[in-house]
Amino acid sequence: MDKLGSSTKRALVIGGGIAGIQASLDIADAGYEVLLVEKTPSIGGHMLQYSEVFPTLDCPQCIGTPKMVEVGQHSNIRILAYSEVESVSGTIGDFTVRIRRRATHVDWDRCNGCGLCLQKCPVKVPSEYNCFLPFDNRGAIYIPFAQAVPNKPVIDAQTCRYFKYRRFMEEGEESKKPPECRICEKVCPLGVIDWEQQDEIVEEKVGAIVVAAGFDLMDKGEIGEFAEGRDIINGLEFERILCPSGPTAGVVMRPSDGIEPREVVFISCVGSRDPELGVPYCSRVCCMYLAKQALLYKHAVPDGQAYIFYMDQRTTGKGYEEFVRRAVEEYHVMYLRGRVSKIFRDGDRLRVQGADTLSGRRVDISCDLVVLGMAMMPSAGFKELARKLGIATDEYGFITEIHSKFRPMETSVPGIYVAGTAQGPRDIPDSVAMGSGVASKVLDLFSRDGVGSPL
Amino acid sequence: MINLNYYPGCTLKTKAKNFEDSAIASMSALGIALIELPRWNCCGASYCLAEDDLIHQVAPVRNLIRVKSQESRVESQGEGDSRLQTPDSRLLKVVTLCPFCYNTLKRANLIVRNDPGKRDTLNSFMDEEIDYHGEVETVHLLEVLRDDVGWEAIAKKVKVPLEGLIVAPYYGCTLIRPREIAIDNVERPTVLHRLMETLGATVVDFPFATECCGSFQSVSNPELAAETAWNILTLAQRQGAEALVLSCPLCEYNLGFQQKLIRRRHGEFKGIPTPYFTQLLALALGLESCGFDRGYTDSRALLQSKGLLS
Amino acid sequence: MRIELTPEKLHGSFVVKVEEISGQDLLSCYQCGKCSAGCPMSFAMDILPNQIIRLAQLGMEAEIAESKAIWLCATCITCIARCPRGCDLSRVIEALRLLTLRKNADAIEPSRIPAETLAELPQIALVSCFRKFTA
Repeated sequence: MDKLGSSTKRALVIGGGIAGIQASLDIADAGYEVLLVEKTPSIGGHMLQYSEVFPTLDCPQCIGTPKMVEVGQHSNIRILAYSEVESVSGTIGDFTVRIRRRATHVDWDRCNGCGLCLQKCPVKVPSEYNCFLPFDNRGAIYIPFAQAVPNKPVIDAQTCRYFKYRRFMEEGEESKKPPECRICEKVCPLGVIDWEQQDEIVEEKVGAIVVAAGFDLMDKGEIGEFAEGRDIINGLEFERILCPSGPTAGVVMRPSDGIEPREVVFISCVGSRDPELGVPYCSRVCCMYLAKQALLYKHAVPDGQAYIFYMDQRTTGKGYEEFVRRAVEEYHVMYLRGRVSKIFRDGDRLRVQGADTLSGRRVDISCDLVVLGMAMMPSAGFKELARKLGIATDEYGFITEIHSKFRPMETSVPGIYVAGTAQGPRDIPDSVAMGSGVASKVLDLFSRDGVGSPL
Repeated sequence: MINLNYYPGCTLKTKAKNFEDSAIASMSALGIALIELPRWNCCGASYCLAEDDLIHQVAPVRNLIRVKSQESRVESQGEGDSRLQTPDSRLLKVVTLCPFCYNTLKRANLIVRNDPGKRDTLNSFMDEEIDYHGEVETVHLLEVLRDDVGWEAIAKKVKVPLEGLIVAPYYGCTLIRPREIAIDNVERPTVLHRLMETLGATVVDFPFATECCGSFQSVSNPELAAETAWNILTLAQRQGAEALVLSCPLCEYNLGFQQKLIRRRHGEFKGIPTPYFTQLLALALGLESCGFDRGYTDSRALLQSKGLLS
Repeated sequence: MRIELTPEKLHGSFVVKVEEISGQDLLSCYQCGKCSAGCPMSFAMDILPNQIIRLAQLGMEAEIAESKAIWLCATCITCIARCPRGCDLSRVIEALRLLTLRKNADAIEPSRIPAETLAELPQIALVSCFRKFTA
């Protein structure tokens, strides 16, 4: 085997979700350095947004936070949060990566995360972490959630009053002069607010790259026949509503007016398995999380009624089928076999026009809340990242593995690997398994003296 | 005055004369003369969906040939400059008012454009003086109002703003389905909303704006069609609409004329006027010929109560 | 009712004819029922629109011929506008109607339409009805 010189035994992991966290920990525990790049201000990924997770109903904040803390404290892991990969050059064993560290306007090296600034910021805007739901807001200076790692704030220059003031003074951008504010700066005991901070490009050498960039959900607006409205929400939004640490403190209420929903309709395969919308594939997790959400809804509202429209029940994991049977038999969740054709507002409720092909009947339901199991798609901006990495993706934007059976974690570029939903829809156990799997590929590479021929 | 080829179709010359009259008068007030095609024939009304049946495409395609020959006649007389052009100057424009005609002409044209084999068969069968290759672009009057005249220009010509009138816009099926020929977004069309707002009316959110009225089922199954119509009308009323604004003579039959039958089946049902959009356009433009006396339902009492009609 | 399935039935001339006339692949339908959920006439149908395709997939010509559903379709095309599979049900139903009509059998008797109705009906209703329901 050809030797191509010595390799840099240091890994770059792109994406701080559960797959990226697992890969980082496994590589770091084996004694190698890891750079973990995360585009939001904290690692944790979507899993940290969930309420209890199927089928065991563990609290993801409880089981996820120790892992996040471990990453944060690991001597071999350096987290570059609020950062994105700018460019990649080089080959296996010897990549040069340029990373944009977005300006946080807070000197993280000196900030101790006391949180005084968060309490005093007068701006209140909907939070990304809470899917922009009402009931709870963040400030212009914010930490996305209590268990964030790193637990340091960022200033959102778009909504910050002082930045608005500066834009007004420089460009006259706002129509009337905003207050100068700077309250965060005044209350900060350490003087770490840095208004002049700019984005910074850092260059790093790594020998292997793990892409764990995760997923986003298809936009609800794609489904023209479903009305627009605050009470038609996606699965991620309902996770936040169910979550005890969410914007409603786990009290189930509908977003428009805060009332407790008496009837909730869950719809599977919205956007998924819909080639006319460009997504012929199955998103794999919706069958389970909708069953779980219906069950948790029944925990919260025992006399409420949950309906789930489904096409096929794909419950292939360990304990999954048993879980769905519990939802049906113990919690009386009513499964309806069919799709929904239209949802519209009629008075202060929603009308759902569906079909139940098992009874051969059209079924119409009046309800208070509709939860859409939207299709999983590659995360926003992933196409651009894949282009920078030079790795092949399929027509939907997921990473194409080099061999679907025997090399499922290797991309078309040697030394660049994939874990989690960046390769295709999968659930938490599969993403974690893939995170460990990809770490073994990286460790295999690092265990060699040089780097073997890429082929 | 700009000239525009106009294909009326059968129903507009008889049952929906008020639709046609109010459209011609309104367009004239907006600076567009609708020039009726010579020797037009029935479009076939309902588009034939069978792959192995071309004979039913002859009628619509012949009408498109009429447009083509009319255009060449006009050009030879040197009158080409005052005609409304399509964005693609190679295409000849014809406007329809009846949504059934719009649908049939537009879809037959797709066959001619997309299937050379069928196109040749049609041309050789019809044996007209000229062959047809899909040069005509069929548009609906709502598209002309939106794309050629424009909301701002219409707003400037409004003499009697429809203030206080609360309407639900209703599109029916054939203007927006199938997707390939839709004049607007299939599920969330806005053109009729925008027109009514431009005229000063208040538009309610109306989820059944594109729900089928029962169409020709009212011939063979009037009770069933009346049931679908009842669904549509009562939702419009629950949304607070005082009138349902229509764009189709068959919708007017099912949603207007059949209100008598609906009342027999649902005693509590209170009627709702169903004017054509062109009638409200003519009214707002201050024209006399609105034809409110000739509809299946009577909008006059409502419009008088709003002080819009004396 | 018990039905014997055979390859001859599944791939017989009935299925071939329906696919030829409609231009649709019957097996492209995965029976999600969205067409039935949105059909404005399905409330009155003896079998649902998705069941019409299902019976056609199984080659059940007689069962379809017995049902009234294909004669209740108003060709409003809501089903296709929302079909995730792009399977044109209105064309399948047209093909099924034509299989009857082409035997020179009318599905509507014009002389039975009341005179008062005839006097008021718009032409497009009558022409459409005769185009869809007569030979």
